[in-house]
Amino acid sequence: MSDNDILVEVRDLKVHFPIRRGVLFDRTVGHVKAVDGVDLSIPRGKTYGLVGESGCGKSTLGRALLQLNPPTSGEVKFDGVELTTLPAGKLRTMRRRMQMIFQDPMSSLDPRQNVESILTEGLQTHGIGANRDDRRRIIGETLDAVGLPRWALSRYPHEFSGGQRQRIGIARALVLGPELIVADEPVSALDVSIQAQVVNLLDELQDSLGLTYLVIAHDLAVVRHISDVVGVMYLGALVEEAPSDRLYTEPLHPYTRALMSAVPVPDPDVEDRRERILLAGDLPSPANPPSGCRFHTRCPWAQPTRCADERPELRSIGASRVACHWAEQIAAGELRPHEVTAKITRPEGEGEEPGVVSAPSEPGSYV
Amino acid sequence: MTITGGKKREKIDRLAELAAREDEQGVSLWKEAFRRLRRNPAAVIGVVILAIFVLVAVIGPFLVPYSPTDSIGIREGLVKSGQGIIPGVSADHWLGFDHQGRDEFSRLIVGARQTLLVGVVSTLIGLAVGALIGGVAGAAAGLGGRWGRWIDTTLMRFIDMLLAMPSLLLAVSIAALLGASLTTVMIAVGVVSVPIFARLLRGSMIAQANSDYVLAATSLGVKRSKIALTHVVPNSIAPVIVQATLTLATAIIEAAALSFLGLGNPDSAIPEWGVMLADAQPYLGIRPGLAIYPALGIIITALGFTLLGEAMREALDPKLRK
Repeated sequence: MSDNDILVEVRDLKVHFPIRRGVLFDRTVGHVKAVDGVDLSIPRGKTYGLVGESGCGKSTLGRALLQLNPPTSGEVKFDGVELTTLPAGKLRTMRRRMQMIFQDPMSSLDPRQNVESILTEGLQTHGIGANRDDRRRIIGETLDAVGLPRWALSRYPHEFSGGQRQRIGIARALVLGPELIVADEPVSALDVSIQAQVVNLLDELQDSLGLTYLVIAHDLAVVRHISDVVGVMYLGALVEEAPSDRLYTEPLHPYTRALMSAVPVPDPDVEDRRERILLAGDLPSPANPPSGCRFHTRCPWAQPTRCADERPELRSIGASRVACHWAEQIAAGELRPHEVTAKITRPEGEGEEPGVVSAPSEPGSYV
Repeated sequence: MTITGGKKREKIDRLAELAAREDEQGVSLWKEAFRRLRRNPAAVIGVVILAIFVLVAVIGPFLVPYSPTDSIGIREGLVKSGQGIIPGVSADHWLGFDHQGRDEFSRLIVGARQTLLVGVVSTLIGLAVGALIGGVAGAAAGLGGRWGRWIDTTLMRFIDMLLAMPSLLLAVSIAALLGASLTTVMIAVGVVSVPIFARLLRGSMIAQANSDYVLAATSLGVKRSKIALTHVVPNSIAPVIVQATLTLATAIIEAAALSFLGLGNPDSAIPEWGVMLADAQPYLGIRPGLAIYPALGIIITALGFTLLGEAMREALDPKLRK
């Protein structure tokens, strides 16, 4: 793949949020390492899916990519332009080419703006459209593209249904004619029946407009459907990245295996017999991540050597990239999973094993 | 997930909606709030009370039967306060005379204008100063980065100082400092309400500044100053407007209290409800009406503002929106 085909390139991106204390003077007492060293590249016209449980830093990564959260260090190259060092004015101009779709369409639309004003705002900011009529024409075309009627223009967000609101959010992003769209949980706030419509809409728009997507979600099925490449995040870092079909059929990283084993199979016999990997304990605090491999505290394949003291790099195995020291041995079946006990204990007789939880703990993960 | 092709059905639905709602216009939040307000009986009562009050205050002084400063009662020998003779209700003088033989009804009507003036002006002072401080602090804290937090901290510690002082004490201190006059009362009562408006607008703005639609506007490339003015402020002022209405009620009561304490207009010839209350004090035993009439005026007016304010709070509260 030549450099020309890569639209977004992220190198060693870190986003650390300072933890502040003190009334009169701010004192930084630590950092939440929301994103801690992520490398990825998104090919032009393709969809990169980003999955991971809540709090793994996937949304922060998406926002840092668009410079909505200033990255602490690292590089973000958009079409060859380094964004992290771009002056504010030039960055604002660049924003026309990269847009965002939000999770909650209600809170991401200003309740006091009608649809026309929502859609005009971006056009005015970037001086698109020669006059009012020209802008109305562009807005009308965008409305058609996302499947909203013209009468929507004079309406306010609270007068629409959830799916329609998300269409408004998509229209707001599209009206500027962007190349990249970062979709942060674009369907997780919607009813399942509406989810399909919106996912299909995103698909159609990609085909007709040649858009590049970064889709952030915790819903594995949605990501599989829409993505060409999927990256799995755990505690601020990528643990595995693979073409989507390969990731779902041959997960290599222990965490990915656990995630995939949580997806139910729509066949009761298979569903009853299949092996499930239950992860012990909770996600460690990103303010104080475990040494070595971030996952070793919960990993059923953790080994006494390397795992606890050497942070694994993403390395290529076949078509995948995996951050695990023992990926080949695990895939070959040389290493067997062992019991991991969590440190949290619960009173007896509550049914479950002490502190054992399955991997994705967000509601709706199994849809 | 299987994606079913319900496209045709979707299209039909859309056409149906189109036919049903094409000619309707969108309803903004303000319009909807106003609609809800009109349906609330408390708001209607409040508005009626206030309409009467404003009408009386504006045109009343031109219609009163007697001059409010003319001691007719003494001239005609009807009032002898020294001997405790103050005539009450009569056909010529509907509410009788005050202790200086002036027509009580006329004084009450003319006093409404002073009361309205003090209430409105002092609330406007508080609103303007408070909203300015709170708006700057809120914008700085919500959108301003490191310097913004510093500006916000500085402004808010100043506001905390004001807030820490008991309001009446603060008002009395200011009135004492500037000397007794009507302007002093307005400034004193206004200053007391500054921290309330400032904190309210700041808190509301910070909440809005962290919302997704501000992030969305940032990602559109809109400048921060424009975001503050077009998104954050319009979404933050509803609670401030409600508070202003409620503050009108307390301002009238506080202004009356300051006048009662003798910190108001030194020229007692100009009727003011608080001054009338103070004047009536020695004659409570003889003619309690002299205290009751202005007190009722204050109470009913304050009630009107409170009813309207509470109804507005309900109408504008996004949580109550269906």
